[in-house]
Amino acid sequence: MVTGDSATVSATDRKQPRTIAAMLRSQMRNIAPFLTLIFLTGFFAIASPSFATLDNVGNILTQVSVTGIIAVGLTFVILCAEIDLSVASIANVTGIAVAYFTQQETYVNIANIPVPGWAAILLALALCAMLGVVNALGLTIIGIPSFIMTLAMMQIAAGISALLVRGQIAYKVPDIVATFGSSAIGGIPWIVIVAALMLLAGHIVLGYTRFGRYVYMVGGNREAAEYSGLNVNLILGSVMVISAICSGIGGMLGVAHFGSAQQNEFDTYLLDSIAAVVVGGTSLFGGRGGIGNTIVGLFVLGVLNNGLDHVNIDSFLKILIRGLILLAALVINVYAQRLRARVAE
Amino acid sequence: MPQGRSPILELHQITKAFGGVEALRGVDFALSAGEIHGLVGENGAGKSTLMKIIAGVHAEFSGRFVLDGRETRFRSVRDALAAGIAMVHQELSVVPDLSVAENVFLGAQPTSRLGFVQWRRMAREAGEQLRRFGIDVDPLARLGDLPIGLQQLIEIARVLSSGARIIILDEPTSALSPPEVERLFATLRRLRDAGTSIVFISHFIEDILRVSDEVTVFRNGRKVAETEAATTTKAALIEAMIGSGREALEETYTDAIRLPSSGDQPAVLKVSGVSLARSLRDVSFDVRAGEVLGIYGFMGCGQSELARILFGKLRPDHGTLAVGGNRKNFRSTADARRAGIAFVPESRRAMLFHQEPVYKNISISILDRISSLFLKPSRERAVAARQVEQLQIRPPTVELDLGMLSGGNQQKVGLAKWLSYPPRVLVLCEPTRGMDVGAKNDVIHIVRDLRARGLAIVVLSTEPETVLSLADRIIVLKRGAVVHEFADQTISKDRLLEAA
Repeated sequence: MVTGDSATVSATDRKQPRTIAAMLRSQMRNIAPFLTLIFLTGFFAIASPSFATLDNVGNILTQVSVTGIIAVGLTFVILCAEIDLSVASIANVTGIAVAYFTQQETYVNIANIPVPGWAAILLALALCAMLGVVNALGLTIIGIPSFIMTLAMMQIAAGISALLVRGQIAYKVPDIVATFGSSAIGGIPWIVIVAALMLLAGHIVLGYTRFGRYVYMVGGNREAAEYSGLNVNLILGSVMVISAICSGIGGMLGVAHFGSAQQNEFDTYLLDSIAAVVVGGTSLFGGRGGIGNTIVGLFVLGVLNNGLDHVNIDSFLKILIRGLILLAALVINVYAQRLRARVAE
Repeated sequence: MPQGRSPILELHQITKAFGGVEALRGVDFALSAGEIHGLVGENGAGKSTLMKIIAGVHAEFSGRFVLDGRETRFRSVRDALAAGIAMVHQELSVVPDLSVAENVFLGAQPTSRLGFVQWRRMAREAGEQLRRFGIDVDPLARLGDLPIGLQQLIEIARVLSSGARIIILDEPTSALSPPEVERLFATLRRLRDAGTSIVFISHFIEDILRVSDEVTVFRNGRKVAETEAATTTKAALIEAMIGSGREALEETYTDAIRLPSSGDQPAVLKVSGVSLARSLRDVSFDVRAGEVLGIYGFMGCGQSELARILFGKLRPDHGTLAVGGNRKNFRSTADARRAGIAFVPESRRAMLFHQEPVYKNISISILDRISSLFLKPSRERAVAARQVEQLQIRPPTVELDLGMLSGGNQQKVGLAKWLSYPPRVLVLCEPTRGMDVGAKNDVIHIVRDLRARGLAIVVLSTEPETVLSLADRIIVLKRGAVVHEFADQTISKDRLLEAA
C-alpha cells in the first residue's frame, strides 16, 4: 500500500542482511536441500557398503533421469506460482502415442498406425504440445485455476492413453527413441545425457534469457508484471506448453527405458517430479528457485529412493519415510519464503 | 440539533492518534433521535475516524462517550451493534462469493431449533427486505456477479433493515446512479421520521445539503462548523472545509492558479466515447505532447477504471482509444506498452517486485529494448544506475532488493522503470499519495521535467492538491462521466471541489 508506511520507514532502518546468520537465513531455501542431500548421502554411505560405489552412482543417475526431464518443465510452472498435475499423464500418453505410431510385433494386439520413426516422434510431440496448449488456454483464456485445469487434463490424457492401448502393452518404439532411452555411450546411459542437457537448457533459459526473467517476475508479483506491460497470459501459457513438452520427451524416453508402453506406467512420476522441484527449494509461491534447486531436489529423492533399497528397512515403511521427508521439505519451503519476505519488507 | 430534543449520543473532547499522528483533536459531537446528520471534510479530516469510534471499530481513544445519558465504552463492533449502532463502511464489506440472501443475513441466518439454517425462509425474507428498498434481485444470485452499485445498495439495505437506531453511512452514494440515490434518500427520510438517527458522510455536498437536517464540517481533525442544512450553502461549506487562507497549510491551493493555454502540439492520446459497465459513461478527452492533463474526481468516480482502460488492463464496452492518430484496441497491457503508454498504479505493491534488486525492477519494462533473446545484465545495470542517479534514489545502488528502500524511493523506482526509453503517454495514478513533502516535490519536479521533454501525461487523483500542482488542464469525473473541464483559466481548490 502506498499510504502510511512511506512516512514511518526510512532507508536507514532497512539494512541489507549483514551478519552471517541473516545471510544464512535468507539463503535457507538453497542451503537446506543441500544439507539434506549431504546428510542422506553420508547416512547411506555409512549404513550400507554397497551404496557409495561408482556403479550405484550410475544407478541413481539413471533412476532420476525421467523424473529430471519432467521436472525441467515443472520448474518453469512452479516458478510462475502455478502447478501442473498432468505431467505424468502427458508423459504416459506421449510414450504410448510414439509406440502407437510404430509397427508392433504381430503378437501385440493393438490396432496401431505405423508411420516412419521420425513421423511417429513428431506426432507424439505434437500430441503433448497440443495437450499443453489446452492446459494453457484453460488457464489463461477461460481462467480455470491450474490446479483444477491440469487435474482435468490428467484424466483426459489418461483417457487417451486408455483408448490407444486398450489394456494391451506395446513394446516397439522408433529406433532413435530406443537408443536415447535404453542404450549407453562410453558407459554413460544416453538417458542421463539427455536429462543433463535438458536441465542445462532449462537453466540457461531461466537464468540468461528474457523469457526466463519474465517467468521469475510473473512468479514474483503477477500484478506488477502485468502493470509493467508484460503479457502475463502469454508467459503463463508458454510455461504450460513447455511443461507438457518436457513431460512428453520424458514419456517417450521412459517407455524406451522401461521397454514397454502401457496404461498407468508413469503414475509415480507426478509425485516424484513435484517433490523434486519443491524439495530442491523452488518456492511454491513463485519467483524463487530454479533448475539448480531442482537438480539438488532430484538427487535428494534419488539418493533417498536408492539408499532405502540398500539398507534393511521394511519396504512398506519406505513409503512413509518418503512422505515424511516431503513434508519436512514443504515446511522448510514455506518457512524459507516467510523468512525471505520478512527480510525484504 | 433540532430544538427541544435531547441528544441520544454525545461525544465530548474526543482525541484519537494513529502512530503519533493526531486524527482527531478534542472533537465534540452530538446526535439526536430522528435526525439526519451530514458530515463533510477533506480526505483525512477525521470524519471516518470519528464514526469508527462511534461504531466500535476504534476502541482506543480519549474523551467521553455518552449514550442515552450514560457514559459508555464500546470494546468492539459487536458492542456497538448490541447498543443499536450500525455502520456502512466506505469499502464494501460484503462477501462476493455468497448469495444475496446470505449477505443480507450475514452473521444472523434464521435457524431452526436444531440449528439448521432455514434457507427458504432466508431467501424469502431477504427478497422481501430488498424489495422494500426497490431492489429486485434474485436472492439466490451470487452477490459478486451483481454490479458494484447494486452490491452497495444491498449492503446499505442490510444495515438499514437491521433495526439499528443509529445508522452511519460512509460515502454511500459514490457508486450509485441518480435514481438509486433518490431511492436511498427516500428510505433515509422514512427511517428518520420513524425516529432513527442517521449520520451521512459524503464528498457530494449537494447530496449532503438535500438530505441532511444538520451539517458538521471537519478540518484537520477538528470540528470547524456545525449548522442547519437549510441555512447554509455549498460555497460556505467548501470554505469551511478547506479553511480561509490564514489557517490553511502551505500547499492547500486556496489561491487561484492560472492554467496555461493549450499549445498547438498535436494530440498524442485521444479517448472518444469510452464507456464501461456502470463505471464510465461516454468519456472523451485528448492529451497533447508536452501537456499534463489532470483528471480529478472523488473515490469511485471511475478514475481507476479509466486508467486501466488506457493501459489495456480493462477493455471498454464502447468507445475508442487512439495513440498518435492510430486507433488502438489493446488486448493486453503488453499491447499498451508497445504503443508507447506507461502506467504507474496507485499502489506500490501493484507495480514493484519487492524481493528483486532495484535494477531488475527498473529494467523490466524495457528488457525487449536493451536485450534480445539473451539478457545483458551489465546493460541493465548501467541503464538502472543512470535512472537512480537522475531521480536521486537513495541509497544510490542498483543491487539492493527493492524492499530495503523507503516508500518514497520505491515510488521513484516505479517511475524510473518507464523513463529510460520515454513513453509517448504516461498515466500516473495518485502519484503523490502518502508521500511526505520532500518526496512530493521530487515527483512534481520529475513530472515537470518529463512534460518539458514532450511526453503527454495523464494524472489521475482524488486529491485536489495533486491535480492542481501538476496539471495544465483539468477534467472532472463524476459518477463515471466528464462533468467539467478547466482550461486556459484561473482555478482554485474550491472551484474544483464545487465542480465535482
